[in-house]
Amino acid sequence: MAAWPEVLSAAPRFETLDAGEAAEIEAIAAQIIPSTGGPGAREAGVIYFIDRALSTFASDDREAYRAGMGEIHRRRKELFPGSTSIASLSSEKQITLIHAVEKSDFFELIRTHTILGFLASPSYGGNRGEVGWKQMGFEDLMAYQYPFGYYDAEEGAR
Amino acid sequence: MSGVTFRTTEAVDFLVLGAGAAGGVVAKELSTAGFNVVMLEQGPYLREKDYSHDEIKYTIEAGLTNDPKVQPVMFRRNENEKARPLKAIEYGRQVGGGSVHFTANYWRFHESDFHERSLFGEVAGADLRDWPISYADLEPFYTKAEYDLGISGLAGANPFEGPRSKPYPLPPMPAKSSGVLFERATKKLGLHPFPAPVAILSKPYQGRAACVNCGFCESFGCEVRAKSSTLVSVIPTAEKTGKCEVRPNSYVRKIEVDAAGRVTGAVYFDGNKREVFQRANAIFVCANGAETPKLLLMSKSKRFPDGLANSSGVVGRYLMWDNGGLAQGVFEHPLNEYKGIQVTRLIHDHYEADPKRGFYGGGAIDARFQFYPASFALGGLAPDAPRWGGEFKELFTTYFNRSMSLLAHTSSLAQWKNSVTLDPDTRDAWGLPALRITSDYHADDLAAMKWILTKQIEILEAAGAQKVWSQSLDIVDNMPSRHLMGTCRMGTDPKTSVVNAHSRAHDVPNLFLVDGSNFVTAARQQPTATIQALAYRAADYAIGAAKRGELS
Repeated sequence: MAAWPEVLSAAPRFETLDAGEAAEIEAIAAQIIPSTGGPGAREAGVIYFIDRALSTFASDDREAYRAGMGEIHRRRKELFPGSTSIASLSSEKQITLIHAVEKSDFFELIRTHTILGFLASPSYGGNRGEVGWKQMGFEDLMAYQYPFGYYDAEEGAR
Repeated sequence: MSGVTFRTTEAVDFLVLGAGAAGGVVAKELSTAGFNVVMLEQGPYLREKDYSHDEIKYTIEAGLTNDPKVQPVMFRRNENEKARPLKAIEYGRQVGGGSVHFTANYWRFHESDFHERSLFGEVAGADLRDWPISYADLEPFYTKAEYDLGISGLAGANPFEGPRSKPYPLPPMPAKSSGVLFERATKKLGLHPFPAPVAILSKPYQGRAACVNCGFCESFGCEVRAKSSTLVSVIPTAEKTGKCEVRPNSYVRKIEVDAAGRVTGAVYFDGNKREVFQRANAIFVCANGAETPKLLLMSKSKRFPDGLANSSGVVGRYLMWDNGGLAQGVFEHPLNEYKGIQVTRLIHDHYEADPKRGFYGGGAIDARFQFYPASFALGGLAPDAPRWGGEFKELFTTYFNRSMSLLAHTSSLAQWKNSVTLDPDTRDAWGLPALRITSDYHADDLAAMKWILTKQIEILEAAGAQKVWSQSLDIVDNMPSRHLMGTCRMGTDPKTSVVNAHSRAHDVPNLFLVDGSNFVTAARQQPTATIQALAYRAADYAIGAAKRGELS
């Protein structure tokens, strides 16, 4: 049996995706919201959000992922012959690849899912430790008291 | 709940179809006057404990609204296009209807709104008409609504408002940073900002607690019952009479008529999709500006081959909706606009139409923040901002707390071609025809939006915004519409209107239709106060008609 700290830090298992697909999708998500200046899609666990979404509220999108990822791989091979995966491309090459597909409906979908995975309630599997909310300055409380911001505080002080 | 249940085979005095902003008011008025009422609602009966701040559930998924996965909506810009599935309209689909998830803006229409044809004249390509009633006819019912439901505001603060018989029952909500910046800028420009009238409690009222400023109003149900929906105000009053039964998960497919052309009851699917027929002496349809005409169009009979109460052919025509662009600005210091109700200040300075502008129309502008964390990153940045990558992340994380929006609420002309019809090819999960929306702007609608947008930008700049941008005005980019108006218009002539000045169908003496569908003009949006004032007035009239023996 594994020791407790090991169990607690173990990555949750995927429900819909296999590990290989997950790594490829995560590579794209990590370019949509990179880890610059603070935790990004990768640290927020966006891939776990997407995995769970595809077996729950977004289960209708599974085919779109299959076809969409297929198309991105086709472009990858075209742009970078000899490459074996998106995840193994350099960051610069990943960015070039995403620019090549950014007008597609599938990119719109994966962008939406990445943002939701970064900023929706952590109960959906992403936004771990509220890292998305923290970087935006959003505090998840049930009630707030005036003043809320700089300008209403300034007005109140007059 | 009261627990009263009525037998479906015995006629109740009134059947109310739709438990929303209008239906809740009607059920309360009729039941407290001593009539037996059954109110049917498509959606579930949810309570404050069922709500949460879950953005996915309420802004991505249809947590409180019509779900296109089971009730497809088809859209086309004009009759030459083939309609495609697009969530063009959205309505509250639960007990309380749209009053549960609305932003709670609660303005009265102006005196001029009821007489714009006389004041402005004809508009080519549109059917601009006067209402058969005036502001003075509706004023007592606006006041009744404000007191019955619990509205916060400051009487006299809007210099353009018509006379009122009483002040608001509750003081206005304080200005948040967007309101403060807006007030300073508009005063500098010589305009007249005033505190937003809202259906949200600024103080405890009638056993409900005041708002706790959680900020999740628009698209969300209030978890502390501070939003004055019909769910927490008039519907409980109706149920306490022991004369009103609310039946959720009841989806009406047809209103039946007898040989004399009077309505006899309605057929609905219960929660198990079983058909039930409820008998009634009279019916109120309060199903919103899309579902009311749709139900009439589905209720064809020998007597009414083109749909119930549709001898005029006007049912479903003249759809008007919530026009107006969104401008945004970023400021030096944090505003933290996600805290507190969405709107605290607005102006009506550009509201009245003026022929000198060269187009019909005008609008109001409110200061707000209508984004939550995910919706801001998804659609709150400038249209030309990066949509992914490091700069994108930098923008949405640093702008969220320093941004505010100015939303315009502009005129929407009644056009014959803009309509709600039954889609000939698509069916919903109950086998009923899907809604088909045909809608595009009148040139003057767009002219008014563009003109007001220049004012929005001017105000943001005067407020000291470091950066200002606006979102697209294209009709498809602005979907869905939540303010569904005009599709069973009110009038004195049965050839050109569907209901009379008291919301009674011209063709059917024991049928009343009251919701946004009655509107002859769309004013400058924010229809809820007027929908509810019309509902109080129609119920008052129906009570008189019932007492005179006209309905049994």
